[in-house]
Amino acid sequence: MENIYDVMILGAGAAGLTAGIYTSRAKLRTLILNEGVIGGQMVLTNEIANYPGVETTSGYAVATIMKKQAKSFGCEIKSNIKIQTYRLHDEIKSVDLEDGRSFQARSVIVAPGGRPRPLNIPGEDEFKGKGVSYCATCDGEFFTGKDLVVVGGGNSALEEAVALTTYANKVTIVHQFDHFQAFRHAIEEVDKNPKIDFIMESELRGFFGDEKLKKVSIEHLPTGKISEMGIDGTFVFIGYIPGTEDFKGLIALNERKEIIVDADMKTDIPGVFAAGDCIVKRYRQVTTAVADGTIAALSAADYLRNVK
Amino acid sequence: MKMLQTAVHEIETADELQKIINENENVMVCCGRMGPMCIPVYEVMEELEEERPHIKFYSMAFDSREAAPIRNADMCRGFMGLPFTVYYKNGKMVQATSSIQSHKQITSILDANFQ
Repeated sequence: MENIYDVMILGAGAAGLTAGIYTSRAKLRTLILNEGVIGGQMVLTNEIANYPGVETTSGYAVATIMKKQAKSFGCEIKSNIKIQTYRLHDEIKSVDLEDGRSFQARSVIVAPGGRPRPLNIPGEDEFKGKGVSYCATCDGEFFTGKDLVVVGGGNSALEEAVALTTYANKVTIVHQFDHFQAFRHAIEEVDKNPKIDFIMESELRGFFGDEKLKKVSIEHLPTGKISEMGIDGTFVFIGYIPGTEDFKGLIALNERKEIIVDADMKTDIPGVFAAGDCIVKRYRQVTTAVADGTIAALSAADYLRNVK
Repeated sequence: MKMLQTAVHEIETADELQKIINENENVMVCCGRMGPMCIPVYEVMEELEEERPHIKFYSMAFDSREAAPIRNADMCRGFMGLPFTVYYKNGKMVQATSSIQSHKQITSILDANFQ
């Protein structure tokens, strides 16, 4: 039985690392298995200015400290792995990795997070890094004096569109609805910026170019009319999708493929909890992921006390 | 002067870069900043350093004038996303990518070029 962990956490974003800190500090033998980058979406956030008690910092800095904290309490972390098989309904839960290794635990916290939602249109992969980008902070200056399209209508899209006007000649926001979903302050910033204009009720249909992106095709949704627009770059900010593909048919998901949990982060499987961007909820922030991870860890500890 | 806070060894000069690619058969260099598209690539490289001792892994600061051989390389023409990640086989650049790359994408390139 010595190879059986008390808690196995699937994912090392804000929720998973927080859960790892709590369970390992509670002397529960904890293993975090992580398929992506430690820190998850948090690492993709260049600046975190609203984490209570912490002055402006980077997502990388927070993730690095969380990882160090978890390890200091004895939490084991294995990253860049690929899980092939899950057995979550048994009393002892287990997973098999693609490399042949297997791990077992008495409880599991599922925290795979989410990933930026791609447009999934022709040319997107081909022109990634050659005109198609998902990070204004990283790539904005490559487009100094150029014409850009920003896709999206939420806070990220509008805030990044404003940020990109520092470099770009002109920014055109393409959004599928007839209104933006962003907060009022973000909409006001966009409205008063002379370098920004909008194409509403429209979606991109394809990217075209040679060595670099040269143009996009745009469909006006009410009429179905497709037009082409010559541009130098496109930045995509259309939200995130939960990383729950592997759990379809295993754990109860809603129609948006989010894991259904109760207030204690319990899923429909005894001993299996979920936390972070993968669960049903409205607000996805580092702080809410941390809260979810805490609750899932405490619930897992409670579950283990009752089954032992 | 080192500019990147990563465990992957940072090349500081163009001369050092040239020496490394001359003296090693398989070399991967990630030329970037400490930004959200670059950090994940450094993390993958840190993991791979232990697993693949036949490959030398290095980082280089994109904003250093010493990184010009990478920024201006023919294979990097048209790149508009950080980091620029380049792969050298026997002193010759054999592959280059722009923007963030996953563990799978990186290992596919390593498998294809550095067996």
